[in-house]
Amino acid sequence: MTRVVRTRVEFEGSVSEELALVQDDDAAPWAEGEALGIVGHPHRRIEGVAKVTGRARYTHDLRFPGMLHARMLRSPYARARVRRVDPSRALALPGVRRVLHRFNAPKAAFRGEETIFREEVRFVGDEVAAVCAETEEIANEALGLISVDYEVLPHVVDLEEAIDDASPRIDDKGNVHEADTYSRGDAKRALREADAVVEATYRTPTQMHNSLETHGAVAVWDGDQLTVHESTQHVFGVRQGLQAALRIPLSRIRVVCDHMGGGFGSKGGVGKYTIVAAIFARELGTPVRCVLDRHEENLAAGNRSATVQKVRIAAKDGRMSAIAHEAWSNAGQARWVADPTGPTKTLYDVPNVLARSHRVLANTGSLAAFRAPGYVEGTFALESAIDELADRIGADPLALRRQHAAADRDAASGLRYSLKRLVDCYDIGAKEIGWPRRKPKGLRGSAPGLRRGLGMASQIWSGGGTPPAYATVHINPDGTAVVRIGTQDIGTGTRTIVAQVCAEALGIDVGDVRVEIGDTDSPYAPISAGSLTVASIAPAIRLAALDARAQLLDVASGVLEVGKGELRVERGHVVSAGARTPIADILKDLQNYTVIGKGSRLPNPEDLVLKTFGAHFAEVEVDPATGRVVVERIVAVHDIGRVVNPLTARSQVEGGVIQAIGYALSEERSVDRATGRVLNADLEDYKVPTVKDVPRIVVRFVDVPDTAANSTGAKGLGEPPIIPTAAAIANAVANALGVRIRTLPLTPGRVLEAARA
Amino acid sequence: MPPATRWKGPSPVDVSFEVNGHRRTVHVPPHRTLLDALREDLGLMGAKKVCDEGTCGACTVIVDGRPVYSCMTLAVATEGRSVETVEGLARDGSLHAVQDAFIAHDAFQCGFCTPGQIMSVVALLRATPSPGADDVRRAVSGNLCRCGAYPRIVEAALAAAKRAK
Repeated sequence: MTRVVRTRVEFEGSVSEELALVQDDDAAPWAEGEALGIVGHPHRRIEGVAKVTGRARYTHDLRFPGMLHARMLRSPYARARVRRVDPSRALALPGVRRVLHRFNAPKAAFRGEETIFREEVRFVGDEVAAVCAETEEIANEALGLISVDYEVLPHVVDLEEAIDDASPRIDDKGNVHEADTYSRGDAKRALREADAVVEATYRTPTQMHNSLETHGAVAVWDGDQLTVHESTQHVFGVRQGLQAALRIPLSRIRVVCDHMGGGFGSKGGVGKYTIVAAIFARELGTPVRCVLDRHEENLAAGNRSATVQKVRIAAKDGRMSAIAHEAWSNAGQARWVADPTGPTKTLYDVPNVLARSHRVLANTGSLAAFRAPGYVEGTFALESAIDELADRIGADPLALRRQHAAADRDAASGLRYSLKRLVDCYDIGAKEIGWPRRKPKGLRGSAPGLRRGLGMASQIWSGGGTPPAYATVHINPDGTAVVRIGTQDIGTGTRTIVAQVCAEALGIDVGDVRVEIGDTDSPYAPISAGSLTVASIAPAIRLAALDARAQLLDVASGVLEVGKGELRVERGHVVSAGARTPIADILKDLQNYTVIGKGSRLPNPEDLVLKTFGAHFAEVEVDPATGRVVVERIVAVHDIGRVVNPLTARSQVEGGVIQAIGYALSEERSVDRATGRVLNADLEDYKVPTVKDVPRIVVRFVDVPDTAANSTGAKGLGEPPIIPTAAAIANAVANALGVRIRTLPLTPGRVLEAARA
Repeated sequence: MPPATRWKGPSPVDVSFEVNGHRRTVHVPPHRTLLDALREDLGLMGAKKVCDEGTCGACTVIVDGRPVYSCMTLAVATEGRSVETVEGLARDGSLHAVQDAFIAHDAFQCGFCTPGQIMSVVALLRATPSPGADDVRRAVSGNLCRCGAYPRIVEAALAAAKRAK
C-alpha cells in the first residue's frame, strides 16, 4: 500500500520536515546476535578487478565519436566587471567551434543566479567565457586569444579582513551575515558564576578537496534527449540542476556516473562545466566534454571554509557548566555556510550553551561541503577548549569529558538517542592507546630534547540516513540477481554493500548479485554525502530482496508442490525438508519469467535521534628545536551501529584519519591578499599527505546494531573518522609541548613559535 | 594586436615503441606526452591525468623497467623502448600478484590513483623482490592517494612480494 508520511530529515547538521512516499511495511530488524552469513563479514570490493586492471571507466576516460572539448576562461582578477568580451581571434583559430560568454550565452539558472557568466566576476578563477574546440589543446590555446575588458574593482580575500568594517563591501548587505544562533540555559550567567573560564580564539585553514578525478562532465544529445556522464556524488542532483539551467523536462535528462574518482563532498550537484558542456553539445550537435584541470579544481570547485572561532568555556564544581561558541566562516560567494557550532550544541551534555555562526563573504572561491562540513572545524575549537579547561582546573581531559558523554538524550531536542555508545568508545580507545601513561606536562620523547604527548577528542555526526530511497531486485532465470538503485559509489564501497545486503536478504551468494548504480534511470537514491548512504539505501535494498524472495518462494511452492511456509532460500537454493533445489532449476521451466522485487526506505522513528559517535586518541612526538610534529599513532573508535563490511569500513576510517592529518599538519590554501590569487592551487605546493605521513592507525568499532534506527541496524561512516582527528592531534601536541597552538595547521613554523614563547 | 596564430612547430612524427609487449606506432606532434599518446592515441585509459605536471603519480607507467611519470615523458622519447601500463599486467586472464593483493587488502577506495600505485609497486618488486615496508613507502611516495588507502597499499605490496617468492 502506498501512503505519504511526514518525516524529519537530517542532512549534515540541518534538520527539515519532508514528505515521504512509503510503499511497504518494514521488515523486522536483524537482531543483535542474529547469525548473518554475509552482512557483517569482510568482503572484497566487487569492482576490484575493474579498478586494478585499468578497465574501470571514469568520466575522465569517456570518449565519443566526434566529441569536442570545452575549456573555461577564468577571471585573473579577484573582483571585476566584465565590460566587453571579444572572441574574434579565438574563433579565427582553426579547430575552434564556438565561444560562449555573458553577452551571447543563453540564460541558464545556476545556484539562484540567472546566468553562469556573471557581469561581476568575484574571485580569481570565476568563469568569464567558455571555448569549444576540436581538441583540448586547441581549446586551451584559444583561451589566451579571447580579449576581455575588465573594470577592476576593490576586493577582499582574507576572512578577518573581510569582517573588518574598513574593508571593501562586496555585498549590499555587508560581508558578514548571521547564519545561526542557538541557546539553551543561561550561558552568560553560568560564565559569570563559574569557578574557571577559558576564553580562546581558534583559527582553521581553507582546506581543498583535491579529489584525484577533477570535476567534469560529458554531454551527449540524441535528438531532444540529453545524457550527461558526470563525476558526481548525486546523479539525481545533477539532473535537477540541468533541468533548472536548461529548462527542459526531467524526463529528457539522464545522468550517469559509473566509477568516480573521489568527491569528499564537493561533487554534490551540477557544475557550470556541466551546463556549458550541455549547451555546446546541443548547439553543435555533437558530444562535448568539459573537465577541469588541477589548478581550476583548486580555484573554482569548492573548499572547506577557513574559520575564526571564539570559545568561552566554564567549569563549576569540576564539571563543564557553560560553552559560548561564536564562529565566522569564509564562504567565498556561497549562499550557505557550514556551521562550526554543531558539535558544541550536541556532543556533550552541558546545561548552558550559546552558539552563533556567521557567513562571511570574500572574493575567493566558494565553499563546497567537505567531509563533515563545519564539524571538523568546530570540533577542533571545542575539543581544544575543553582540554584547556581541563588543564586549568587540573582535571584529566578524558575524565572531564566522561562526565558529559553518558547522557542518553540529545541535549538540543530533548529526545532519546536510538543508540549511543560514546563511553564504550572512550573505554576501548583509552585502553588501546594506554591513556594512563599520559602526564599533564607530557612525556620525554625517544631522543634527548624530543617531547611526547597524548591527546584525544570525540565526535558526533548524523549518519542515520533518510527516505526517499528505492531499489528493485530482479531474479534472473539462472538464479542470479540484479539490484538497481540510483546511488553512487564514490570510493566508499557502496557497490559491495549493495551486493552484500541483497545477497543476505535474498539468500544467494554475493558473486551472484550484479549491482547497477549511478543512473537516474534507476529508482531514486539520495546524494552520497552526509554519511547517509548505507542507512538510507540498505533498508530499501533489503525490502526489495525480501519481496523478490517471497515471490520466488511462491513460484517454488507451485513448482515443487510444497507449502510456501516449508520453504526457505539458502545460498542460491530453495530448501525444503530433505531437498535443496537450485533457484535456476525452479525457474527453468518458466522460460523468461522474471521475479521483480521492489523496496523503499521507510521514515526514521519520530521520537528518536539517530547519531554516530566516536573517539580518536593520538600519540605524537614533537621536536621543539625544529617544530616538527610526528604523529606516531592514532586509535580511532567508532559507534556506527552494525558494521556491514569490516574490510572496507577499516579503510574508510583510515582514509578519514589521513585526510585529517593533512588538515592538522600541512594543508592550507594560501591566497595573495594583493591580487587574490591562490598561490598553491596545485599538488606541489598544497600538501596533501603522502604515504610517508601516515602513522600507525588502529581502527576499532563498537559494532552493536542500532536496531531502533532501521531494519539493518547500520549507520553511516563517511564523515565520522575525519571529525575528531585534528583536535586529538592538537591536544596531543599541546600535551607534549606544554603550550597550546590555536591555529591549524600545526606547521613547523607555528610549533617553533609556540615552543619559543 | 598580433594575428591569431596556431602553434607552428615541427610536424607530427611517427613514434614506434612496444606497449605491453606489442609494437605500436603513433603519429604525434613532438610535444605530445607519453600519457596523452597512451590515452588519446592508443585508448589506454588506465594511466590517469590528475595533475599533468609531475606532482601526483597517477600516470605512472614502466618504461624499460623503470617507473616514470608518463605526463613528464615525451612520447618521442620512448621511441624503440618498452612501455608497460596497468592494462598489460594480467596474463591469460589471471591477475598479477600485485593486482590480486590490492583487491585482497583493500588497497584502493575510489581507484583513481590505483593504476599508478600498482605500476610503482610492480617496478619495485622487480628491482627489490623482498622489500621492507620502508622500501614500499619510498616506492609509492610519489603516488598520491586522496582517499588515504596508504596503509593498505603498503600491506598489499608486502603481501604480493611474499606470495611471489
